[in-house]
Amino acid sequence: MTANVVIQFLNGLAGASSLFLVATGLSIIFGVSRIVNFAHGSLYMLGMYLAWSLIAFFGRGSPFGFWGGVLGAALAVGVAGALVEMLVLRRIYRAPEMFQLLATFALVLVVKDAALWLWGAEDLLGPRAPGLRGAVEILGRRVPEYDLLLIAVGPVVLGLLWLLMNRTRWGTLVRAATQDREMVAVLGVDQAKLFTSVFFLGAFLAGLGGALQLPREPANLAVDLSIVADAFVVVVVGGMGSIGGAFLAALLIAQAKAMCIAIGDVELFGTVFSFSKFTLVAEFAIMAAVLVVRPWGLLGRPPAAARGAGAVEPPLVPPGPLFWPAAMLAVLVLALVPLGGEGYALVLLIDIAIFALFAASLHFLMGPAGMVSFGHAAYFGLGSYAAGLAFLKLGWPVEAALLAAPAIGGAGALLFGWFCVRLSGVYLAMLTLAFAQIVWSVVFQWDAFTGGSNGLVGLWPQGWLKDRTTLYLAVLLVSALGIFALWRMVHAPFGYALRAARDSALRADAIGIDVRRFQWIGFALAGTFAGLAGGLFAFSKGSISPETLGVARSVDGLVMVLLGGVQTLTGPVLGATAFTLLQDEIARATTYWRAVLGLAILAIVLVFPMGIAGALRILVARAGAGR
Amino acid sequence: MTVLEVSGLSKAFGGVQAVRGLGFTLAAGELLAMIGPNGAGKSTCFNMLNGQLRPDAGSATLAGTSLIGLAPHAIWRLGVGRTFQITATFRSMSVRENVQMALLSFHGGLMRFWTPAAARHRDEAADLLARVGIAELADRACGILAYGDLKRVELAVALANRPRLLLMDEPTAGMAPGERAALMETIAGLAKRENIAVLFTEHDMDAVFAHADRLIVLNRGALIAAGSPAEVRADARVREVYLGAGGAH
Repeated sequence: MTANVVIQFLNGLAGASSLFLVATGLSIIFGVSRIVNFAHGSLYMLGMYLAWSLIAFFGRGSPFGFWGGVLGAALAVGVAGALVEMLVLRRIYRAPEMFQLLATFALVLVVKDAALWLWGAEDLLGPRAPGLRGAVEILGRRVPEYDLLLIAVGPVVLGLLWLLMNRTRWGTLVRAATQDREMVAVLGVDQAKLFTSVFFLGAFLAGLGGALQLPREPANLAVDLSIVADAFVVVVVGGMGSIGGAFLAALLIAQAKAMCIAIGDVELFGTVFSFSKFTLVAEFAIMAAVLVVRPWGLLGRPPAAARGAGAVEPPLVPPGPLFWPAAMLAVLVLALVPLGGEGYALVLLIDIAIFALFAASLHFLMGPAGMVSFGHAAYFGLGSYAAGLAFLKLGWPVEAALLAAPAIGGAGALLFGWFCVRLSGVYLAMLTLAFAQIVWSVVFQWDAFTGGSNGLVGLWPQGWLKDRTTLYLAVLLVSALGIFALWRMVHAPFGYALRAARDSALRADAIGIDVRRFQWIGFALAGTFAGLAGGLFAFSKGSISPETLGVARSVDGLVMVLLGGVQTLTGPVLGATAFTLLQDEIARATTYWRAVLGLAILAIVLVFPMGIAGALRILVARAGAGR
Repeated sequence: MTVLEVSGLSKAFGGVQAVRGLGFTLAAGELLAMIGPNGAGKSTCFNMLNGQLRPDAGSATLAGTSLIGLAPHAIWRLGVGRTFQITATFRSMSVRENVQMALLSFHGGLMRFWTPAAARHRDEAADLLARVGIAELADRACGILAYGDLKRVELAVALANRPRLLLMDEPTAGMAPGERAALMETIAGLAKRENIAVLFTEHDMDAVFAHADRLIVLNRGALIAAGSPAEVRADARVREVYLGAGGAH
């Protein structure tokens, strides 16, 4: 037992190093540029693949080949990060935070497909480090020498970063910019150079983390999102912008996971609990505990308020006299589509209706409530699994199972929302992502209940909903009603209270609004409607898998909302339509649909930072002025 | 009738004693100005009275109910209206909607999910806006309003819960001199007519001495003088704090 604990402790230390490298890079970039680099995991992945190729090129056997490959990969990733900053992000520093985020999402898609094109879909098994292939015997167990090296890497990098930040002029500038970047700009520091170099350093660290991980874990295409989710947790626990905090948090989390594995199976009250399956729960528990006690992380400080006014949203205007007739006509026309036959269009329209509801629920959270979620798919997925399990395991009829979807989606949002509303801004967003990742892992790992990676199959509704056309009409009706309900809530006192809390929490509090309570209810409501969309999804597809609630789905939702424009309530519907059609078109034309989509998003972000609906509104205004 | 009773209020930040043993009372319909040089502890005192800071020691009661340990929204429910040194309004809403929000909250109508908010308490909101002199701005968006007008929006919002006490942190900061006098007139008129107790801080001494019924003077966290404008004007310690040692001549 003791030996096992010690071995797992060492294993945890080794795992902490890579995690620290990625998280600290993310943290430094955020500190200076205020950009949450969602593509940071992609840089890590790129580090893995580049190291694999460079090591093969330099020669696998020699120490120079291996270490040259690792360092070369890290440097190349650093250059890639600097290029991304110069070519993309520099153009949108003044854009709303959300568009910066969208741009980094787009980069995730582009990098993933670039890696697919260059290295293929198969996992690439990494070479082992020459000279460190053996193992050391500790307490009768064998510990890989390479792990011992990794254990040393974390503290060494921490020390070097400390020297860089505290003993060089560049480091002083970075620390100053992290505290007050407007002031640093006023003092005449070349911001462009500073930002580019910070991106180089952050990307270099991510690339190094990936390259060093290669002997322990094969290079694969799924690592980008899973590592960025882990890094978010580390940064949130450690405190944004704090290098020491990132180190501490990485250690804490890696150790907690390792200890869960070390404890293994424990028999309590006659039941066997397998702690090794609860590694994610441990991560969650640590994060929750830290955030309740220290909302800005272990070593973090409350974020400095940016000076200058942000974009001000105009007041809600009641829709024109033609809006409701037009909306009803649109639903009616859509309801008549099946008369043209049960073609592919119907399948596509079902998707659009469901995702419009999903996007509208996310918009409710992001727009009026001002809480950006990176993990909204969790509630969509909870809804679809609730419906699927009620249908399959409990034998509920479809109608009843569909009611379970919003109930469970809402319950999940109620639970996670309690923690989320204690934070704001990017902290909140990262926390939502971490929760989504946890839900995904539970679903993925719990084979006996959720079907694990295979998911649930055989969800075809029986009875009156068996017919495709009827199903389509039902989905259309439920989605339309759901979106209408969300619209009513935004215009009702409750929605106004959410907007009030978003505009000025200080003022809202001073007129008797319990901000957290309203945000909590708002969060739960958004989860409820996402769950409803998920339930519809389960029965329209006939099967669901963990992908239903993966990070990629959350990203899809964000892209839909941002494409449509956050400022308008019709935005999410337009965005969902455009996204679904675009994705379908491109996916049929090329395997590299993600890259095309990513590039399209980048183009849209750089050209129309107001989204489709916003751009349309400006066009209409211009046409009106020109007359 | 005493509305606010403060005694022994203290707060330290690290080694700095921001407020020490502060005590005063405030009666209905009375305008009490809290003055003092920068760093005297005025803002700290305000933040303790409105629930944003918890004092280390002391008591503050509003008509017999203790304010200590209550959240800002709970203090508001007891009948305390607030305005801020830097205006805090809902910038994505119109002037009327800002007031409607406060009225909805006062009438307990915020937890409604279906009825449109825009139609609620319109007349009452119009009435409040008229009372602070900006009835004609009702449909303007707060995000594009002139600063002086925003100050009046805040006043209208602060009046929505029919307060017994108004806490106003620098009500005329950032306004043109002419606007200042007019706003102070409005506030003083409201206090007298509606019997509201007003506690305010202010840097503009003309406004303070023209409108306050009583003054309390803070320096380095402690109360150094209290009384009518004339008494405070004649107080040697006040002259010393503001004019330096030579001011006593």
